[in-house]
Amino acid sequence: MAECGRVDSNTSSHTMDKSITLPPDEIFRNMENAKRFAIDIGGSLTKLAYYSTVQHKVAKVRSFDHSTKEAAGDKLYEISVQEEVTARLHFIKFENAYIETCLDFIKDHLVNTETKVIKATGGGAHKFKELIERKLGLKVDKEDEMTCLIKGCNFVLKNIPHEAFVYAKHADSEFRFQTTNPDIFPYLLVNIGSGVSIVKVESEDKFERIGGSSIGGGTFWGLGALLTKTKRFDELLQLASKGQHSSVDMLVKDIYGGSYACLGLTGDLIASSFGKSATADKEFSNEDMAKSLLHMISNDIGQLACLYAKLHNLSRVYFGGFFIRGHPVTMHTITYSINFFTKGEVQALFLRHEGYLGAIGAFLKGAEEDNPNQYSWGENYAGSSGLMSVSPDMNPMQRARSGTFDMLEMDRLDRQLVNLPLLQDPSSYIPDTVDLTEDAQAREYWLSCFEEALDGVVKRAVASQPDIPEAAERAEKFRQKYLHKLQTLRHQPFAYGSLTVRSLLDTREHCLNEFNFPDPYSKIKERENDIALKYYEKAVKSLEELSWEDRQFALVRGVLAGNVFDWGAKAVSEVLESNPEFGFEEAKRRLEVYPGSLLQGPPHRCALFFVDNSGVDIILGVMPFVRELLSRGTEVVLASNSGPALNDVTNSELHILTERIAAMDPVIDSALREDRLTLVQDGSSSPCLDLSRLDKVLAMLVRERQTDLVIIEGMGRAIHTNYYAMLSCESLKMAVIKNSWLADRLGGKLFSVVFKYEVPAGKPH
Amino acid sequence: MAFNQRDDDIVDGEDETPSKLPRCNKEMPGYFSNEPQNEAAESAGRATSERRTSNSTAWHRRDSFKKTRPPFPWFGMDIGGTLVKLVYFEPKDITAEEEQEEVENLRSIRHYLTSNTAYGTTGIRDVHLEMKDLSLCGRTGNLHFIRFPTHDLPVFMQMGRNKHFSSLHTTLCATGGGAYKFESDFRTMADLELHKLDELDCLVRGVLYIDSVITSGPSECYYFENPSDLDHCAQKPYTLENDYPLLLVNIGSGVSILAVYSENNYKRVTGTSLGGGTFLGLCCLLTGCSTFEEALEMASQGESTHVDKLVRDIYGGDYERFGLPGWTVASSFGSMMFKDKRESVSKEDLARATLVTITNNIGSITRMCALNENIERVVFVGNFLRVNILSMKLLAYAMDYWSNGQLKALFLRHEGYFGAVGALLGLLHPS
Repeated sequence: MAECGRVDSNTSSHTMDKSITLPPDEIFRNMENAKRFAIDIGGSLTKLAYYSTVQHKVAKVRSFDHSTKEAAGDKLYEISVQEEVTARLHFIKFENAYIETCLDFIKDHLVNTETKVIKATGGGAHKFKELIERKLGLKVDKEDEMTCLIKGCNFVLKNIPHEAFVYAKHADSEFRFQTTNPDIFPYLLVNIGSGVSIVKVESEDKFERIGGSSIGGGTFWGLGALLTKTKRFDELLQLASKGQHSSVDMLVKDIYGGSYACLGLTGDLIASSFGKSATADKEFSNEDMAKSLLHMISNDIGQLACLYAKLHNLSRVYFGGFFIRGHPVTMHTITYSINFFTKGEVQALFLRHEGYLGAIGAFLKGAEEDNPNQYSWGENYAGSSGLMSVSPDMNPMQRARSGTFDMLEMDRLDRQLVNLPLLQDPSSYIPDTVDLTEDAQAREYWLSCFEEALDGVVKRAVASQPDIPEAAERAEKFRQKYLHKLQTLRHQPFAYGSLTVRSLLDTREHCLNEFNFPDPYSKIKERENDIALKYYEKAVKSLEELSWEDRQFALVRGVLAGNVFDWGAKAVSEVLESNPEFGFEEAKRRLEVYPGSLLQGPPHRCALFFVDNSGVDIILGVMPFVRELLSRGTEVVLASNSGPALNDVTNSELHILTERIAAMDPVIDSALREDRLTLVQDGSSSPCLDLSRLDKVLAMLVRERQTDLVIIEGMGRAIHTNYYAMLSCESLKMAVIKNSWLADRLGGKLFSVVFKYEVPAGKPH
Repeated sequence: MAFNQRDDDIVDGEDETPSKLPRCNKEMPGYFSNEPQNEAAESAGRATSERRTSNSTAWHRRDSFKKTRPPFPWFGMDIGGTLVKLVYFEPKDITAEEEQEEVENLRSIRHYLTSNTAYGTTGIRDVHLEMKDLSLCGRTGNLHFIRFPTHDLPVFMQMGRNKHFSSLHTTLCATGGGAYKFESDFRTMADLELHKLDELDCLVRGVLYIDSVITSGPSECYYFENPSDLDHCAQKPYTLENDYPLLLVNIGSGVSILAVYSENNYKRVTGTSLGGGTFLGLCCLLTGCSTFEEALEMASQGESTHVDKLVRDIYGGDYERFGLPGWTVASSFGSMMFKDKRESVSKEDLARATLVTITNNIGSITRMCALNENIERVVFVGNFLRVNILSMKLLAYAMDYWSNGQLKALFLRHEGYFGAVGALLGLLHPS
């Protein structure tokens, strides 16, 4: 009931297997800098949390001081790689059997001596208190389980976009991830440990245990062990998944001969659990009894959860606890029960990181002085193991092993992320256009596509660090890591939430960063920026010579032609690799369709422009367009990435480029000085765009300036993501399709143009 | 089956068994359509929309005597998943003329039922529940309450056949799922045509009727005073009258929970499959017992705290953060996760824990329904409560404690017979 599912397993988990060797490169990473520990010891698994700083390389650009002599020769700006320290949360889950080995490892690698206390929660915290204190020399400080659980739950719901999912056993993808409403409260958490606790969570600090039940995981385990002589929880579930409950339960049809039609009760409903064992004098199989027991308990918990949800008028109900944790069988029966009792009005929701909630919460309790809640955090795909699907057919030993060392890493983001205030309905916004978890054909294509592109990425990474001899070795490690991720995703597409082109791209960026390739395109970007700048004045001049109408036409064509220069697209990078002379004019010629003009009617107050690539794209495509907007009296906010991704222009690069353009162009110069042209970072380092996780400063600016036009450019931002995004103001999505498979899918040809100008209903313009 | 032979003198020309089956199936939609949803959930759940007591289907009165009331014998039958409940009205105001007219078959049935308290090996007449001098439909007599296991229904049909029940040309009003399931068996084995009535209609009607006619003797309705003190709580009479709304909780093999707003306005709120059948079923598996009485006897001697895991087993005392006293059960059968504990419990402990688990669960679901429906009076009926004072006290306590005295648990003496009474009323006063 009150207990959060920490039961002592009566398995052999007490034998401390000292002979195991830990792969230290993989687990307990960054232990040298670790400070602040928390531990959650459950019945069979231990979850360790620590906070560490990660030193890694970042690419910086710096403008040369032009007042002194042109020391840098022909270089546009200075690129340097610097060490930066960022904060990362590490969570590791392992079997209790490894506790002693793990504690030894931590002791041997712990350098930081400031740490005095370890926060602990979970039923096993008491049992291992002495061991932890002796091994680590840290004082064990116990925290309330439920408080930790709720704190952890709030944290993952807020910071991990695809945290919650619906389980559908027979669907194409078992896991259907939910877009988390930015407003996560209120919700109901049903924690099924040995008993059941039902908690209503209203805000960060306000939660209440509104009820519970003594019929929970312990009942399944205890009663199951008595009935079947099977000792392990996992084995009981395995038995249950093979059984037929109808031989033990009395069904409606056993009483009625058929259905009880006037109440809408079908014949297969259970009228009385175990009802047949009361009347039939015969032997029942262990499988059948286990199945009947599983249904009895799942239905009972589901029913109570629904009654509480109804009484408190809550529609979001999350289930957790060891009864649920990673067990498809129980997720299925609970889902079934909730559907039955609410006629589908309430969905049973589960959490990807459910097992970590206690450890996360305990950690946050101890880290309150660092104010972890004031930051945004992001799951690091490179360092996290992802969700495992555990087939009930797998034998329990294999299952335990597969989850032996499971890891979650969360990076503290430099910027706090919020919704774009111009989203029409933040709660239904889904950034990604295609969910590859549900579209097997598209999944197969993209996984292969990323696999084929891998050689090129590795080559590029090595080339970006010509002076560093061990770069090749690191690049090879990167290849292995990303290849492994792709293989994992092929088998378990749901491992990191919904699989999308965006998540594949982001995972690649995370893996590159992991092996210190912070910006493989920095030099290419610089060269391209440099060349494009040389053409800027000429381009502007030729545009000014055109008639107004022709100019509008040319401007849009320019943005689209510029957008062809994209190293992220396979078709383009092949052209660019083989034909370095491929130019802007040629790109314009290649474009299939020319869109009409947009900038008719009264000028907009303020336009928010999400830009894409460096070089020709930003300088010869976007800037002249921006210039036209400015001269119409529209203020412009240029949003670019905070960190590098492919050849996308970053905020710091854009600052330098804009300065250089301002030096040539009085229109840009005055707009900059008068604050009519503003450069902001979007808070992201992704070639795609999630409008629900944007820099807070950007969001503030958008509101202040009363932005009434949003322009999104490029495949990553306007097609892979946001193609269907609905905004509350006018919007323009522009891109060139640089992928023939995608062009086929969308019914066009390679280098077709997407030009999507949308006016929200009821807003005349 | 052994009942296929027919006495020639009472054959009424109907066909034999095989041809009957298809017709029966047609009358029970869903009989064969059990495949698409081969999943479990309980009989519960459907908080069906408001339902009026059903206007019963065509009721053919075979009134050969041209009187307003049906001919004797007057029976009401409720065929449940585990037990068949039978009520029989024995007229005590039989005139000499009637006595003479009374056919031999009818007299033999009356004598057989009223002069015995046990029938065969499993049929029992609950003598203590008999209602004497009851005025019913202009006649005065005694109402008898008889029960036997559903699996002995063939024996009952055989008896009906041996006593030439069908020659009386009476209508047998029956409710409960068995009225549907065994309809064709009644026709073929005993040559009886069942008049089927909805079980919840009968239940509500029966409860309200019995409560209204009891005037003398022990009060039909009662509650427990001082429910929080298990040793000193006492049974006290209660007048139910027309005190609506009521939550009516019927605990048979499974459980149905109804919200009753007036005599003919009620709805089924929900139900659970964890009921009397679950208690007995689990007890049989865990202890090897075979009857309800045996299971209850064991439970009365056991200690559930040896089996369950309590809050204090986890926290050493109360879980103050959430106001949970140390004696609260945290996990039913939770201690049975451990091998040593499993080896040290007795069968009595297991029986007790099963009883407490099932009872408390019914208590929690009932309490939540009462809150959701905003109803304060809860009437518990059904044969699970028969001679089961322990469960009644637990329910009374659970209602009182977890609602801070807001909810009142009420019980009725005729526990499991209301459906059968409702069926009898369906014979006498077809609506």
